[in-house]
Amino acid sequence: MKLKSFAIAATVAAAGLAGVVTEALAQAKEQFFPLLVYRTGAYAPNGTPWANGKQDYIKLVNARDGGINGVKITFEECETGYATDKGVECYERLKGKGASLIDPQATGITFALTEKAPADKIPLVTLGYGLAASQDGGVFKWNFPLMGSYWTAADILIQALGKKEGGLDKLKGKKIALVYHDSPFGKEPMPALEERSKMHGFELVKIPVTAPGVEQKSAWLQVRQQRPDYVLLWGWGVMNSTALKEAQATGYPRDKMYGVWWSGAEPDVKDVGEGAKGYHALALNGYGTSSKVVQEILKNVHDKGQGTGPKDEVGSVLYTRGLIIQMLTIEAVRRAQERFGKGKVMTGEQVRWGLENLSLDQKRIDALGFNGLLRPISTSCVDHMGSTAARLHTWDGSKWSYSTDFIEADEQILKPMIKAAADKYAGDKKLTRRTPQDCQS
Amino acid sequence: MLYRENGQFKTSYRADSAVFPIYQDQLFMAVLLAVSFIALPLLGSEYLFRAILIPFLILSLAALGLNVLVGYCGQISLGTGAFMAVGAYAAYNFQVRVENMPLIASLLLGGLCSTVVGVLFGIPSLRIKGLYLAVATLAAQFFCDWAFLRVQWFTNNSSSGNVSVSNLQVFGLAIESPVQKYLFCLSLVLLFAVLTKNLVRGAIGREWMAMRDMDVAAAVIGIRPVYAKLSAFAVSSFIVGVAGALWGFVHLGSWEPAAFSIDRSFQLLFMVIIGGLGSVMGSFFGAAFIVLLPIFLDGVPRWLGIELSTATASHLTSMVFGALIVFFLIVEPHGLARLWSTAKEKLRLWPFPH
Repeated sequence: MKLKSFAIAATVAAAGLAGVVTEALAQAKEQFFPLLVYRTGAYAPNGTPWANGKQDYIKLVNARDGGINGVKITFEECETGYATDKGVECYERLKGKGASLIDPQATGITFALTEKAPADKIPLVTLGYGLAASQDGGVFKWNFPLMGSYWTAADILIQALGKKEGGLDKLKGKKIALVYHDSPFGKEPMPALEERSKMHGFELVKIPVTAPGVEQKSAWLQVRQQRPDYVLLWGWGVMNSTALKEAQATGYPRDKMYGVWWSGAEPDVKDVGEGAKGYHALALNGYGTSSKVVQEILKNVHDKGQGTGPKDEVGSVLYTRGLIIQMLTIEAVRRAQERFGKGKVMTGEQVRWGLENLSLDQKRIDALGFNGLLRPISTSCVDHMGSTAARLHTWDGSKWSYSTDFIEADEQILKPMIKAAADKYAGDKKLTRRTPQDCQS
Repeated sequence: MLYRENGQFKTSYRADSAVFPIYQDQLFMAVLLAVSFIALPLLGSEYLFRAILIPFLILSLAALGLNVLVGYCGQISLGTGAFMAVGAYAAYNFQVRVENMPLIASLLLGGLCSTVVGVLFGIPSLRIKGLYLAVATLAAQFFCDWAFLRVQWFTNNSSSGNVSVSNLQVFGLAIESPVQKYLFCLSLVLLFAVLTKNLVRGAIGREWMAMRDMDVAAAVIGIRPVYAKLSAFAVSSFIVGVAGALWGFVHLGSWEPAAFSIDRSFQLLFMVIIGGLGSVMGSFFGAAFIVLLPIFLDGVPRWLGIELSTATASHLTSMVFGALIVFFLIVEPHGLARLWSTAKEKLRLWPFPH
């Protein structure tokens, strides 16, 4: 009985405490960056280095430069576990602290936030993921799929296959299977692949893998039955390493497998090791420890015991992607400051302008220490992507190395598709395209 | 001392069978309603509405629906997520395919579609019972997951399989701001709670409870199992369907089938078990426990100023949360609602317990 009264008391106390919800606002002269992360769950192996890279770059800028023109950067992480509803909760919580930009780190959360961001005036940065149609800044004023989307990825992959065959026309009659994560993330590339399949006459076989992708026996049975010439792997988290192990078990040649840039990092292949030898994937960004920025992080952050993750992860593929995302967003804030006042805290609307007028040439990239990690990028009102190139890299059993030169996605094919998709979205939402005047604001 | 019924005489059957027969309870409910309808919209922050109250209300509604089936009629169901999905996708299709469809109508039609599916998957309950039925309702979950992922028609041929709605309106009033959304959900939840409470107090509710307690005896005294069980499935999945539609339309705005995965079914079943089987109040307690407690636990280290890594904090939340579930189930297997009524019983005797 005593335990019971204690339970009652505990419930009452908890209810009372839960009522106390107070959120402190960000102080002046501090630019707040909300960091939505997943360090637990089925996607944690990939989500963690990404999140660590982002955090380390913030620490570097604070330690080395004292912030952005004197504005210190603050941040707070929120664990989403890759779940959309948790992501929305995180977004709402961190929004209240003065967020001026958000990188949701998940396609599902991006879709949900695309509905909310315009009303809250917070730009969404979705580097290499998110909604392909959102490249069209005329409709998607608040979305920034910098450096690439799933459509550009799909397009580049098909071009790479064409090159390997000795011409895109040689793809005629071939069979290409898309083994995809059964979610918006995995389905997004389909329109682009279907378009290419019509153009070149290859057969596209779609093989879904139920999320999170730890069970893929039936998918690979289908691969065995269909005997595709190539397999495109569209996975994330544990799905990637599982797929490679299944391919090994099925005896499907790994050098006929091509992954998207979310399926081409160390956590995806490390456990498979030799078994993944010959596997290709897109490399959206460069990596390695030779670049200046990585050396500075090692010196200014890790050597001072401030590193977010383990030291040996610095310079890995996804870690470097985290660095690049954070660098681009910080540069957007810097760009916004050039217009709206140096040394001031930027609002969401101002950062949005900065993102839309981002222009990093090779010189600037070198100055930032990112030489070899990304190509020049320049965004505009109509193009929110800025750069559409990526190259392939291949796993040799112990490390990744680049295997092709940069390939540009074919704008001739994608542009009309993006415009049509954006117009359809605008029609559904009863939006009108932005006017040229609006682009100046 | 304050909470006792001395001197409150009932002079009519009507007064005696009121939902809240004691004056203090009526007062408490009146204050609660005043706070939630007037004070909160004036004082609450956006975060409170969008991240806490709206999901809490919608999941309470879903738990209420499931409670009708599991708590009152004794039919265990693991297909709740599926019925929510049916409600959400049906409402979505009515909204996009029918020109000028009013929001309330699409929500209710979504509920009706869910009813049809619910009754269909409830038919096996006439032959199988208990855990076997739970496994049979799993079929609903897998079937709906499959249908909404694969059949493009349901998602209006969206290439990514993701659907979204916007420009919600009720009787010409826009449902856009968090407060409007909250009040809309609150009104619907209140309406359904009152309806359910009266249903379970009435003849049909007694039939359900008779089926739950002993179906053979119930059949002997003239209750038709077909009618009782299927009506429970129908009412339950209607409410769950409306909750699903609200989850998609009002809370998420844009969703994919993963929003109504098997995890959702389990989550709702836990809500009902922890909150209290066969109790309207329990559905709200359960939803509060499952929705609010993790958010609260997440915040504790931050409020106390303890620096924890995000992963540790997240693991810690899961562990404490799990431990609390076990604790409450050991202390009170009948759920939080029973704790609530025990507390009220004690208050009546306080300060002179005997």
